[in-house]
Amino acid sequence: MPKMDEYMPAAGRSAIDELKIIASRLKGKTILNVNSTAVGGGVAEILNRMLPMMAELGINPRWELIRGGEDFYAVTKKFHNALHGTRQELTAADFQLYRDTLKANMGSMNLNSDIALIHDPQPAGLIDKKPAGAKWVWRCHIDLSNRQDDVWDFLRGYVSRYDAAVISAPSFSQELPIKQFQVPPSIDPLADKNKELNDAEVSDIMRRLDIPLDKPLISQVSRFDRLKDPLGVIGAFKKIQPYVTARLLLVGGGADDDPEGAQVLAEARAAAEGNPDIIVLCLPPASNIEINAIQRASAIILQKSLKEGFGLTVSEALWKGKPVIAGAVGGIPLQITHKYSGILTRTIEGTAYWMKRLLHEPAYAKKPGENGREHVRENFLLTRHLRDYLLLALYLETGRQDFIHL
Amino acid sequence: METTAREPFKFCARLTLAEVTGRKAANITGLLEGIKAADDAIIYHHTHRYIKQFHHLVPEGANDFAYWVTNTVQADRLGEELTSIDIVQYHSLADIRGAFVKMLEWHIVKNPGPMRTVAPGREFHFMRAIRFSLPTEYSAGDYAGFIECLRNVSASSLYLHVFEARLRPPYGVDDFSHWFETQFHDAEVHKQLSRLDPYSYTLEGLRQRIIRVIEKRLAEASRA
Repeated sequence: MPKMDEYMPAAGRSAIDELKIIASRLKGKTILNVNSTAVGGGVAEILNRMLPMMAELGINPRWELIRGGEDFYAVTKKFHNALHGTRQELTAADFQLYRDTLKANMGSMNLNSDIALIHDPQPAGLIDKKPAGAKWVWRCHIDLSNRQDDVWDFLRGYVSRYDAAVISAPSFSQELPIKQFQVPPSIDPLADKNKELNDAEVSDIMRRLDIPLDKPLISQVSRFDRLKDPLGVIGAFKKIQPYVTARLLLVGGGADDDPEGAQVLAEARAAAEGNPDIIVLCLPPASNIEINAIQRASAIILQKSLKEGFGLTVSEALWKGKPVIAGAVGGIPLQITHKYSGILTRTIEGTAYWMKRLLHEPAYAKKPGENGREHVRENFLLTRHLRDYLLLALYLETGRQDFIHL
Repeated sequence: METTAREPFKFCARLTLAEVTGRKAANITGLLEGIKAADDAIIYHHTHRYIKQFHHLVPEGANDFAYWVTNTVQADRLGEELTSIDIVQYHSLADIRGAFVKMLEWHIVKNPGPMRTVAPGREFHFMRAIRFSLPTEYSAGDYAGFIECLRNVSASSLYLHVFEARLRPPYGVDDFSHWFETQFHDAEVHKQLSRLDPYSYTLEGLRQRIIRVIEKRLAEASRA
């Protein structure tokens, strides 16, 4: 794992110095994280990188996993989908299974800590065993703005007893009797997906992937999902083809275990059929460095989502200093200020218009790319994410004042 | 001109944590009511957040209220008027709140017809800033040392000493001007720094501007 000081070139020296000062006030404190998986998924990815940083800063980080059978995960998957706004049928037995599984976990887990970050719905019910004096935070990574009432009402009973809740965007907030804080997610600038690559490395990877670079490349990196609107992207590109010299690349992961994904991929391939300037590419999981190279080789990066959680792929693209055209949904407007740090669109026509403009005006396109990178540097790097967690810990530890002098 | 300060200037940094209040507005009236009910920490967040989060940009949308009215409610004229509220001329957050309330009330009186309500999901969310001040390793006792520190301190340090300082006693005066005035009786630096409108610079632009003012005074002192 990288050392704190290795983040200086990306985050700036002052960001690291500030982290050291904040952490010095939390020296020796134990911060516990509880979630449901150690590998795979955004939460585990962040914790795997963030916890060694905490340890280096003199904090004692702990990580516990909630455990359950397949039936428990089937129920919490339904919770997850219902909170995201996809209607689910939950029975009384489902809720009881959740209670029983949490109770079983309480018997075996070590929950001792000064501060605990309990991630997402799966472990939320552990609040029943919160140790006296500890400060517990429910960290919700889900967009709750269209949540299903029965599931939220059930969870609310647990969440209301925490010391604070953390959400990724203001629009995800809910009526709660506890304080809520906004802590957006982050990208790791030193991870394979985001680390610096030189031109030769990018060229080698593009050659290996058989992606020609003889024309400006417009790319969208997303799974093949209707909500990422791959057909809309192809439609927008076809509109500008008579006027521009460019190539479109749609990149997504394999879709073997996702019947709808396989269907969307097939539809995208059909829409691209016979058009030599549209490439639809499926990459194996963990093709992080390949994704990095594709983004760096692109002239424009798209994220034409119709619905989105936070949409952190936008920050990944902006970090490469590229002009990004993205749907104005979910957390994307927090990452892009229209015409300053990227372009926000709502239609196929708008996307086509801005692709053409950015291709024809590379000098203009350069500016939102540069601004976007600086915006990510200030707001969406892992160091800022850690800083916010530590500030929240200090806020809870020092008596919840509006002004805190360290 | 004195050359060494009795009290060194100790640079600090300002960090904030964003609290979501849960209150939101879907139209201009809701925005007005929310601003009227807002405490200083809310007004501070929405009038100063932009400077830190977008400090590399010339802050065209200088406050969140104006940005939302312009880009979401699409009331262009009102948005422009809210953007033009000259925050630098107010010396307290209460006064800044009063300026926004006055502007919005005037708008509602002049436009009594049906009001545009934004679509669900596009409301204005009222937030509060929990503020933390941190010491830094930078400390200056003379002009040259001050310039050296200023080249190296973070944007959040510049932000604390220039923007926030004007909102606490002595009101309307940034910490840098105050230090040069009280330690060196340097009325010229005090005057030059005091008349800067920090809200019309990027933080980096502001840093360079302040350095130039002090470098010029240092050169004058060397010649004298």
